[in-house]
Amino acid sequence: MANEVVDHGRRRFLTATTAVVGGLGIVSAAVPFIKSWEPSARAKAAGAPVTQSLAKIEAGQMLAVSWRSLPVFVINRTPAQLATLPAVDSRLVDPKSDGASAAQQPKYAQNETRSIKPEWLVIVGICTHLGCVPNFVPEIKPEPFDPNWKGGFYCPCHHSRYDLAGRVFSGVPAPKNLEVPPYHFIDDKTIQIGVDPKEAG
Amino acid sequence: MANVFTNIGDWVTERAPNMMPAYRKHMTEYYAPKNFNLWYYFGSLALLVLVNQIVTGIFLTMNYNPSAAGAFDSVQYIMRDVEWGWLIRYMHSTGASLFFVVVFLHMFRGMMYGSYKKPRELVWLLGMLIFLVLMAEAFMGYVLPWGNMSFWGAKVIVSLFGTIPVIGGQLVEWIMGDFLPADATLNRFFALHVIALPIVLLLLVVLHIAALHEVGSNNPDGVEIKKGPKGNRWDALKPADGIPFHPYYTVKDLVGVGFFLLIAAFIIFFAPTFGGWFLEHDNSIMANNLVTPAEIKPVWYFTPFYAIVRMIPSFAGTAVWGVLAMFGAIAVLFLLPWFDRGKVKSIRHRGTGYKVALGLFVLSFFGLGAVGAGITAEVIPEWFGDVDLTTYENAFGRLMTLIYFGFFAFLWAYTHFGWEKTKPVPERVTTHD
Repeated sequence: MANEVVDHGRRRFLTATTAVVGGLGIVSAAVPFIKSWEPSARAKAAGAPVTQSLAKIEAGQMLAVSWRSLPVFVINRTPAQLATLPAVDSRLVDPKSDGASAAQQPKYAQNETRSIKPEWLVIVGICTHLGCVPNFVPEIKPEPFDPNWKGGFYCPCHHSRYDLAGRVFSGVPAPKNLEVPPYHFIDDKTIQIGVDPKEAG
Repeated sequence: MANVFTNIGDWVTERAPNMMPAYRKHMTEYYAPKNFNLWYYFGSLALLVLVNQIVTGIFLTMNYNPSAAGAFDSVQYIMRDVEWGWLIRYMHSTGASLFFVVVFLHMFRGMMYGSYKKPRELVWLLGMLIFLVLMAEAFMGYVLPWGNMSFWGAKVIVSLFGTIPVIGGQLVEWIMGDFLPADATLNRFFALHVIALPIVLLLLVVLHIAALHEVGSNNPDGVEIKKGPKGNRWDALKPADGIPFHPYYTVKDLVGVGFFLLIAAFIIFFAPTFGGWFLEHDNSIMANNLVTPAEIKPVWYFTPFYAIVRMIPSFAGTAVWGVLAMFGAIAVLFLLPWFDRGKVKSIRHRGTGYKVALGLFVLSFFGLGAVGAGITAEVIPEWFGDVDLTTYENAFGRLMTLIYFGFFAFLWAYTHFGWEKTKPVPERVTTHD
């Protein structure tokens, strides 16, 4: 009954095919478990646009708005603050936002002030390093972390610094400028965050 | 009565012949070198803390509510309303910090006496895996109270993976199960913290001890007692310089346990937050996704690694370098047995260069810890007055990072090119009779 001679080639083939098929089975069975970690339908659904009135934001003030659970900073920059922007260009990684930070803002905000209207900065307050919320440090005065401070954002987590247009300084851990979300002006004193101007018609 | 036990013993042995001998192999007939010193307490203490973490952890889950809406309140409930809840939680949180104290000392002992060297590389690798799992456990446990530090700690640590090119962003969403740390994140961290990782940890601990008992323990002299003369009071074939683990070292370890429990009890009863080092006051505020705490810093045992991330600037449009350096700081520890080509194990017989390098390595670890814990940010203005803090802090932190990695580079060159002048290693442990 039993084979006198063992066919090693056949045995190897059977072992290999069993291992491959079994391995595929394990990989396939792992897929649902891995996929179960992705954001759920409920998490994806919570992302509607936000409308915000600008009437009460005085010159120099900042308001944090929650959009998709992210803090969006809306800042009314003074002329003095806007004047500091060209002055810090030489200390920045990507002052024109056309290098590493080319995708950090919509086309309509890829300009000197990184905004639609020069005074109104609308920016996602999430450090591009590891996702902390940077502090808004608007005063143009020497700070412990920078004696030539011209105003901007300072991240408490790993000490990254940004100027008043959210452009990142060189020599800090953060690689990119702060992100500008899609937004548009509904009227002079109201913006909607999450919708591009052309989408809004 | 004794007869009953003998009968039960015989009954078991008949059915599982290797179970009773396993006890003898690991306890009464495990011959450890007779010259263990104070540094050899920390392995058994780590085991003690592990038991504490498991027991207190089980009781904490009985009242903890793993949801973004309920977690914070349930921790306050444990602290205020549950009978003795405060004690159980403080035992768990203090245990976490003491775990790292004990493990760092245990690892330093291994470095000092060359316990990672051949034939114990596997013991070292398994130990490093335990350290890695322990860090994951500590991180996820830190997130569970869902305070504001928990939230932002989770955000930053998970975002470390976001610096990986191409897949980073998706990977972060996959880990969090949302676009920021949320209910889904908290729930999965809870599952990993209380089920998945403890199982892995226990398995690794068993393997770590099994691997150790195969090769036998190292000792402060770095002498292989198995290669020395044979024959001791208990067995003519076993090493002359070995003594049975039980009762000799179990009793010795009990002294360490007593001393350790005294310190632990003092902390738990009188300083459970340890001045903000073991539990941070910022974590008494509920998680807020719109406000990062003004002064964010990790728990003390992560400060050196956190400092390395902070010290490395972005380059070529990515922040991945700091993250690589941080993981690299742990990876080089894994590879320590292969960086060190020296044959002499113990610091007692090694060259001056090694002693200085190890001293500097410890210094760099504390230096980086000081940067990460925000001590340098306080001290620099005090010592140097009105200077640019960032420049000074970066200079110091980068020097410390350089020394940290430099230790491994130096160790390789020092032993590979034969620059080390070692002293002769004795035949037997120095305290043999």
